[in-house]
Amino acid sequence: MLSYIVRRVLAAIPVMIFVALFVFLLLRLSPGDPAAIIAGDTATPEQLEQIRERLGLNDPIYIQFADWGWRLLQGDFGESILSGTPVAGMIADRMEPTISLALTTIILSIVIAVPLGVLAAWKHGTIIDRVVMAISVLGFSVPVFVIAYVMIQVFAINLKWLPVQGFTSIFDDPGRFAERIAMPTLTLTMLYIALIARITRTSMLETLGEDFVRTARAKGLAERRVLMKHALRNSAVPIVTVIGIGFALIISGVVVTESVFNLPGLGRLTVDAVLARDYPVIQAVILLASMLYVGINLLIDIAYVILDPRIRYA
Amino acid sequence: MTTAPELSPAPARGAAMWQRTRQMFFAGPVTTTATVVLIAIIVMAIAAPLLAPHDPIRLNPAMRLKPPSDEYLLGTDAFGRDLLSRIIYGARISLAVGVGAAILSVALGLVIGLVSGFFRGLDAVLMRIVDGLMAIPSILLAIAIVSLSGASLQTVLIAIVIPEVPRVVRLVRSVVLSAREEPYVEAAISVGTPTWKILTRHLLPNTIPPLIVQGTYICAAAILTEAILSFLGAGINPETPTWGNIMAEGRVYFIINPGIILWPGLVLSLAILSVNLVGDTVRDALDPRLAKRGIDR
Repeated sequence: MLSYIVRRVLAAIPVMIFVALFVFLLLRLSPGDPAAIIAGDTATPEQLEQIRERLGLNDPIYIQFADWGWRLLQGDFGESILSGTPVAGMIADRMEPTISLALTTIILSIVIAVPLGVLAAWKHGTIIDRVVMAISVLGFSVPVFVIAYVMIQVFAINLKWLPVQGFTSIFDDPGRFAERIAMPTLTLTMLYIALIARITRTSMLETLGEDFVRTARAKGLAERRVLMKHALRNSAVPIVTVIGIGFALIISGVVVTESVFNLPGLGRLTVDAVLARDYPVIQAVILLASMLYVGINLLIDIAYVILDPRIRYA
Repeated sequence: MTTAPELSPAPARGAAMWQRTRQMFFAGPVTTTATVVLIAIIVMAIAAPLLAPHDPIRLNPAMRLKPPSDEYLLGTDAFGRDLLSRIIYGARISLAVGVGAAILSVALGLVIGLVSGFFRGLDAVLMRIVDGLMAIPSILLAIAIVSLSGASLQTVLIAIVIPEVPRVVRLVRSVVLSAREEPYVEAAISVGTPTWKILTRHLLPNTIPPLIVQGTYICAAAILTEAILSFLGAGINPETPTWGNIMAEGRVYFIINPGIILWPGLVLSLAILSVNLVGDTVRDALDPRLAKRGIDR
């Protein structure tokens, strides 16, 4: 098992190098001189030359990439064009709202979606099943920002239950934190519930048809135990996979949700950086998000072996 | 003596196809509704100049943020433009992006996937690139591409297509890998059939049904991504009436007139929903097993 884990970790390295190369080339190969993009429209030729020299743009491209990669490994993501502050620090400052939102969303989604999926599979073909499937199709098709504004209209404007926007740290005031994270979380949860409930249902349907489930029922186990212990546990692998793959959805959802609810997180940072064309920040955010995505899916691959003893990777 | 069962006269080929299509797209209330909505949106896009009551672009400062009235059925936006007309015109961009992205992604993915599935040497390299591209969250990738190369319809299309292609490559490759083990392909190889002919005559047809299905899902995803890009301000020129742009402009005025966001949001959701549902229908009609083979939204 250890050798499997080591092999999986090693396999992730070329992927990350490719991502880094791609992000690097994205800026270099885009039309126009990177120095001119960075300097803005009002730069003089001397300023341009200075920037080129400082960024090492006069060096051969592979040396530039090696330099950039080496600095990345040391945690140096460069400096923001806009504010001149180190990008790593800017990202660290914006972590908390994003992590809070992602965690509350993942937890709430799993708590709601897995039982929904189990219920739909158990009551297969009934009205309950249809309602769960309908929710899931809707969650896929209604864009996050549309859900967000419907929530604002209902909960903030009509009912006046929740504030429209902003963020308070859970460490400063848990009550206000809950109040302000509620709508963004609910919004993002819709999307994730759709994904998880759907796969839980499909996977459970398959498992419920297996012989061991019939055996469990035949020997008179309580239905609850059959569902939760025998069926759900054996359906876990696809569900966990989808939770990992769906992490990409959370990332894109976070960008949109933070922007609607004005949460000062990484998503907001990204959108602001895009609008201001702050390339080092864009590069850093893409790199980090991809690394996180690869890392999470790596952990899940490893989790399979623990979840499902039948899977053995020689 | 028994009489032979009475056979209904075979309908003409065209009529039979029409009947099959009708049975497929108008089976059950949900599918029928989805088909009707989709047709309505296509008509809206094509006939926009005939349907729209006002010019969607002309500014009219005197009529800013008017509530719905007989003259302006859904009210006006912050620049005095008719909301309904802008939504009708918005269907054009959304559908163009959806269909364009689907065709481009499928075409590119098909070529790369066939090559990758058949030539093992190239496969290793291509798959590493595909893995890398798939590791980048597609919205971030799209935002970055648009912000670097400037907002236009082409850039937005490219930005949506690049993250989709690897998924198509994966799909085509998996079909090719299993098909090339089939006896008829091995037979073709053994009698010396030229490679291009094996690829186009024997392997390509296997990929068509899953690709049609995948294409419809890409279409829905592309409509969504375009709207998100426009909404975030990283999409097509803000003056162009797209559903995402209309909503982006409505953000500041949400309290005054929530309709500026909610109406295009509704139409956008309906469009994506109907494309997805029609995709499900096509999938089930072509091959119900596709749902299990990971060809899914």
